[in-house]
Amino acid sequence: MKRRKALQLTATYFGGAILGSEIFLSRCKQPEKNARLFSEKDILLMDEIGETILPDSERSPGAKAAGIGMFMQTIVTDCYDEKDTAIFITGLREVEAVAQKKYGAGFTKLSSQQRFDLLSEYDKAARQEEGNATQHFFTMLKQLTIWGYFTSEVGQTKALRYNPVPGSFNGNTDYKPGDRAWVGPLCSID
Amino acid sequence: MNTFDAIVIGSGISGGWAAKELCERGLKTLVLERGRDVKHIQDYPTANKHTWELPHRGKMTKAFVDVNPVVSSAWHFSEDTAHFFVKDGEHPYVQQKPFSWIRGYQVGGKSLTWGRACQRWSDHEFKAPSKYGYGIEWPIEYDDIAPWYSHVEKFVGICGNKDGINAMPDGEFLKPFDLNVVELHMQDVLKKHYPERHLVQGRWAHLSEPEDIHLQQGRGKCQCRNLCTRGCPFGGYFSTNASTLPWAEKTGNLTLRPFSVVHSIIYDESSGKATGVKVIDSNTKEQMIFNARIIFVNASTLNTNLILLNSTSNRFPNGLGNDNGLLGKYICFHNYRTLTAGRMEGFENKYVTGRNPTGPIIPNFRNLNERDADFVGGYTTFAGAYRRQVKTVPENEPHLGVDFKHKLSEAGDWVVYMYMQGETIPKKSNHVFLSPDKKDQWGIPQLVTDISYDDNDEKMVLDFFEQSKAMLQKIGCKDIIAKDNKQPPGLDIHEMGGVRMGKDPGESLLNDMNQLHGCKNVFVTDGACMTSTGNQSPSILYMALTARAAAYAADLFRKGIH
Repeated sequence: MKRRKALQLTATYFGGAILGSEIFLSRCKQPEKNARLFSEKDILLMDEIGETILPDSERSPGAKAAGIGMFMQTIVTDCYDEKDTAIFITGLREVEAVAQKKYGAGFTKLSSQQRFDLLSEYDKAARQEEGNATQHFFTMLKQLTIWGYFTSEVGQTKALRYNPVPGSFNGNTDYKPGDRAWVGPLCSID
Repeated sequence: MNTFDAIVIGSGISGGWAAKELCERGLKTLVLERGRDVKHIQDYPTANKHTWELPHRGKMTKAFVDVNPVVSSAWHFSEDTAHFFVKDGEHPYVQQKPFSWIRGYQVGGKSLTWGRACQRWSDHEFKAPSKYGYGIEWPIEYDDIAPWYSHVEKFVGICGNKDGINAMPDGEFLKPFDLNVVELHMQDVLKKHYPERHLVQGRWAHLSEPEDIHLQQGRGKCQCRNLCTRGCPFGGYFSTNASTLPWAEKTGNLTLRPFSVVHSIIYDESSGKATGVKVIDSNTKEQMIFNARIIFVNASTLNTNLILLNSTSNRFPNGLGNDNGLLGKYICFHNYRTLTAGRMEGFENKYVTGRNPTGPIIPNFRNLNERDADFVGGYTTFAGAYRRQVKTVPENEPHLGVDFKHKLSEAGDWVVYMYMQGETIPKKSNHVFLSPDKKDQWGIPQLVTDISYDDNDEKMVLDFFEQSKAMLQKIGCKDIIAKDNKQPPGLDIHEMGGVRMGKDPGESLLNDMNQLHGCKNVFVTDGACMTSTGNQSPSILYMALTARAAAYAADLFRKGIH
């Protein structure tokens, strides 16, 4: 039975790729990469970008609490090909440069409204480019943030509902708008 | 020390059954496994890991995928299951045409990671190939195997309904898991529009409600974690490791020898029987011989072919039992290329709890009582619905910020899916053979695969798309998609044949009791024995055939015939 594969694929076709983890992981060959692509500062920057995409709120912690900067470092280093790695790192530098130019300070020094405004522009640009052969760096950042957050401990146990050992299956329960989702049938983001 | 009553080559889903039945019947049995031992529970290193405890949250690294493209494409291969699969470089083979050979070299074999669907074959499936002229006659029919289905079902623990459908006979079932609300809706709609099509719960090797025989095995209730392919610490699904092998061990008659790569079966000209097995210890590289009066070959379809092809003697210069030259030919598989799906509107106020490890099925409705399609054979449709974990955030809203996070944290759309498990035609041209020059690290010739789809498969794919899209429309789905992934054969992991059963020794290798026509103390009861593929998942049939043949072999042994 390959139901799991079918579920993964349907998820991809119905928005999972935009939100999930599939896009970058089926690319071609990758030469040796330096073990250390990111500095401590980069990780702090990625933490704050992730936090702007999925911020702390009264309902659940934000992406920073999920260690999103470290997660991005791991995935880009180990799973991205050279081309996407270059796009990703160039994009990070660009965010920093634009923050300096527009607000006269690095991204991590900006107010949360300034961060939101700055990244909103990138989000609009990136969504217009969805489906292009070359991914926009902000799509990468957003995907990594969502995937990393909703597979993290805080994401699964605080933002979502998680029961590692359900014990039974009930195919007919009630759901109200606003109810948190259960960690899905695949235990990873779908 | 090296002499036993019986030898079983391979410890996967059928080898485990051979071991259990032979040991229970008092035969001192040696099970040879080429890989390492995997003890139930203690050797399931990822079984209790949370997603966030996996370094790449389940994904394999780029460096790994680049050098292991074949295994990385298997449906259930990921960071949490990788240790149960053969990596591409570990055992090379030659793909004359693209064929993705997925293997699990460890005690338990692929029974640890299998899909667990256990529908019975109908009599139609046994008879259709000869009736419609696309295969030879099976030497057995449904009635011959039905009691053995019952025998294995009771021990394995299969959950499902008794549905009274001719194309999918009922068996010995535990209570099924629920269909969810959308699946119940699908069931109603199909009933209205298609009197001959039934969406019902499949039959799955899960202990929904364990009975005494399962508790005696040390297994417990399925906990609906849906993490089966990591190995189940509850014994909730059936595997060799959780069930048949420990059971065989309890008899005191079992000797399990991991790290034992079988080179060949030894044939004795004077007695006209096989006398033993030549083995290479994969740790010491030492070559050794084990003797027995009964030999079961359960090495997995293609490796069983390989071993028999490599078992040459003066009497059988082209491989053991290969008088007609058909050994390695008529390899077939299941067509798993399709997926159709759509978004289901409504039902927003309904949800599920727990993760259902099973799902519904639409038994074959094609070419059943008469030919009603432009292809031969039939297909089973796996069909169901689930509610996505992630809600789709509208395009006109920001895709970042607090509202975005809150929306993503809510349950998403219901999605309905269908995919087929299609019968393929056994053909002489789909074959495997030994490479004349390439050898593996044990000095055994590498296997060459020359296996591909045909026109019949393409027609079946088109029919499935047409039928499934029409069903999705009637169900009320929106944004319907239909995808042919064109995956190479092999990724179905349902390869069958090469040592097929048959009535006529001129056109088959095995008789009705799975004995080689030319060497009757050798039994082949894994997927290699299959005369045709049917459209149902094959593992439970392998188990039933194995139990039946093992009982017969033990009987012959007791009577001194072998």
